[in-house]
Amino acid sequence: MSGPSDFQPSHPALKWIERRLPIMGLVHSSFVAYPTPRNLNYWWTFGAILSMMLGLQILTGVILAMHYTPEATMAFKSVESIVRDVNYGWLLRNMHASGASMFFLAVYIHMFRGMYYGSYKEPREILWILGVIIYLLMMATGFMGYVLPWGQMSFWGATVITNLFSAVPYFGESIVTLLWGGYSVGNPTLNRFFSLHYLLPFVIAGVVVLHVWALHVAGQNNPAGVEAKTEKDTVAFTPYATIKDLFGVSCFLIFYAWFIFYMPNYLGDADNFIPANPGVTPAHIVPEWYYLPFYAILRSIPNKLAGVIAMFSAIIVLAFLPWLDSAKTRSSKYRPLAKQFFWIFVVVCILLGYLGAQPPEGIYVIAGRILTVCYFGYFLILLPLLSRIEKPRPVPNSIAEDVLAKSGKAMVSAVVALLIAGGLLLGGAQNARAQEHQETPPSVKWSFSGPLGTYDRGSLQRGLKVYKEVCSACHSLNYIAFRNLADAGGPGYSVAQASAFASDYKIKDGPNDQGEMFERPGRPADYFPAPFPNEQAARASNGGAAPPDLSLITKARSYERGFPKFIFDFFTQFQEQGPNYVSAILQGFEDKPPAGVTIPDGSYYNEYFPGHAIKMPKPLSDGQVTFDDGSPATVAQYAHDVTTFLMWAADPRMEERKRVGLQVFVFLILFAFLMYFTKKKVWANAH
Amino acid sequence: MDSTRRDFLFVATGAAAAVGGLATLWPFVSQMNPDASTIAAGAPIEVDLAPIAEGQDIKVFWRGKPIYISHRTKKQIDEARAVPVASLPDPQADQARVKEGHDQWLVVIGICTHLGCIPIAHEGNYDGFFCPCHGSQYDSSGRVRQGPAPANLPVPPYQFVSDSKIQIG
Repeated sequence: MSGPSDFQPSHPALKWIERRLPIMGLVHSSFVAYPTPRNLNYWWTFGAILSMMLGLQILTGVILAMHYTPEATMAFKSVESIVRDVNYGWLLRNMHASGASMFFLAVYIHMFRGMYYGSYKEPREILWILGVIIYLLMMATGFMGYVLPWGQMSFWGATVITNLFSAVPYFGESIVTLLWGGYSVGNPTLNRFFSLHYLLPFVIAGVVVLHVWALHVAGQNNPAGVEAKTEKDTVAFTPYATIKDLFGVSCFLIFYAWFIFYMPNYLGDADNFIPANPGVTPAHIVPEWYYLPFYAILRSIPNKLAGVIAMFSAIIVLAFLPWLDSAKTRSSKYRPLAKQFFWIFVVVCILLGYLGAQPPEGIYVIAGRILTVCYFGYFLILLPLLSRIEKPRPVPNSIAEDVLAKSGKAMVSAVVALLIAGGLLLGGAQNARAQEHQETPPSVKWSFSGPLGTYDRGSLQRGLKVYKEVCSACHSLNYIAFRNLADAGGPGYSVAQASAFASDYKIKDGPNDQGEMFERPGRPADYFPAPFPNEQAARASNGGAAPPDLSLITKARSYERGFPKFIFDFFTQFQEQGPNYVSAILQGFEDKPPAGVTIPDGSYYNEYFPGHAIKMPKPLSDGQVTFDDGSPATVAQYAHDVTTFLMWAADPRMEERKRVGLQVFVFLILFAFLMYFTKKKVWANAH
Repeated sequence: MDSTRRDFLFVATGAAAAVGGLATLWPFVSQMNPDASTIAAGAPIEVDLAPIAEGQDIKVFWRGKPIYISHRTKKQIDEARAVPVASLPDPQADQARVKEGHDQWLVVIGICTHLGCIPIAHEGNYDGFFCPCHGSQYDSSGRVRQGPAPANLPVPPYQFVSDSKIQIG
């Protein structure tokens, strides 16, 4: 993309093609012979990482679309069947969902790198603005993708974000109706979001082509911020930059795989495992972590329209950066003041992200306002001012000179600072969980925790018995079929045992040739029948509160872990909030509420239930279920077993996921080592 | 630097990349295969033959495929057995296509072996099936007699559970 190439293939057939379509010359000049500054550091590999992420997101997305149903009553279920039934569906879905977070993480690092080294300055203004456009498109795509699983957060995120446009004077309501295709968020909204979510990544890919084109016209910036002048300043893109990028990519893949295989729900929200319910808003609406800083800015402004304007301005202001910062020196390495303020700005962004996840009350609101002022102050006051008053240090005469004078210390500390900061931001989303003052469920030791955890078969079988004899009187288990009882990584029954178990159930089928519904014995392909024909019946029989479906209950319930626990959780792979909560609820009933607590009629006191008044009467008592294997017939044992069973019901592919994960990790670590040494060997020639 | 050692490193890295790439490809291909619920739904089905009168046939679905179950008349059976097997495009005796002792029941997958259309029962010149798409004709044993179809209508796996009930699959 940098003009005509002198590349000439030697094979006559290739020559014939090249004369008619000089595509090999284009590739050669853009990605082989293309000169790159020899002093690029690893922050520059995020461009390659982003290209890979875009490719992976499109690939996994196209595949998920083969199995997904964009229809309001079926979307949630279709996502569940992807992760449960489709071959490697869990892998593809985790790759795509975590991939969105990795994509944003990489783009933020890429943007901060551009800001630090002044990559937006003349002659790279258009390159930078194209980047801002890509970022905006990514935000729109990510938002619409998050709506597709049609869980509670999907639905209410869609409602809140589309309602931003209602702030537009005069036309607000009409715009929102237009976006929805109805009087509220519903099936038409889901359908168009799916269509646009499929379209926008290709638009992004198109703008990326322009971005790379502009990059290759202006040439890459570099840590010294001086333009390449002689051949000594550059190395050929291939093999030098390619191999370095590939090493960066392989390290990034290790980080990414940690989420895919071990922490798939760490960045998600438990509420999104509850199917969308237009009648109930979750207690704390929070966007995905990558929108949190802007969400914090939105909430800091007490006026609706002004808040929306501030939020969008926070992004748009980036496009004006080349003119707000008119300093001649590009790289902050040589700008003693700009360098310090840059890091303060990074911290401001991270703190805004943290605040975005907090409830909008008290000190958080005040802090949010201060930081919003800091955010805009950095762009609108500080940068224009600095470029006038700051006295930069002398820049090196050439890149070659910079390479000779190089020291790697600053780099390491920057990496450490950013990793810590990143962890804080990522974990910020975790803090969005319910803030009610209540007992934190005790942490139970589970057989399925940790990277090598598996389900205890005996516990699963006993838990199934508890579910069948107790829970199933009121709670459905809609996503579990009898055949699943014989699945690998499940309760360990044989196919024949699962069939026999199924045949004990009466399943409604039909219509028959006479047009009538009839009952027949269950088959392995049938799903556990629900105790009530519909939600209204369930509600009517249970004092107004419909007993929730239990298939996903251990993923759909959580509690706040708090700072700094959630950071350690990332490394220890702690993700058992759901099972801890379910087990605590089952054992948290008290016959008499403690003094001073009144429980309304028809409710029961539970120590761990938010608000303590639960509509479910104490379900388990000692001796209620008899186990064949001699396990104690106690509430503690029942709770442990049925929770294990429900964890399996929510995540039946966990054992496969962790097993494949181990293989992938061994491979990726070996591969990263190989890449490291290969990179060293290749670069040995360049020094 | 020792050039063979460097070559070995490059080859090892390249090989690891190739192996990793291929292994990654597998889930992306494998996901296209039927998922677990589709496989489970393809379990054997039972069909009650009692309501099917002589000369009638019914169509049931198994794994999304139409299965013709014909209660053949004496005439149809005789016709199917009278034809010299060697003269058929896809030679197969009628006895080999039905269950012994249940000669009156013909169970075939009703998908034309030419290009997958559904032949119409009781049509054509051979008292069997006629495919409207490209004119293939099958006889009362479901064997191809005329037209572009290369093979007989396949017989699905089935057995008699009782005299009046079969299990397909």
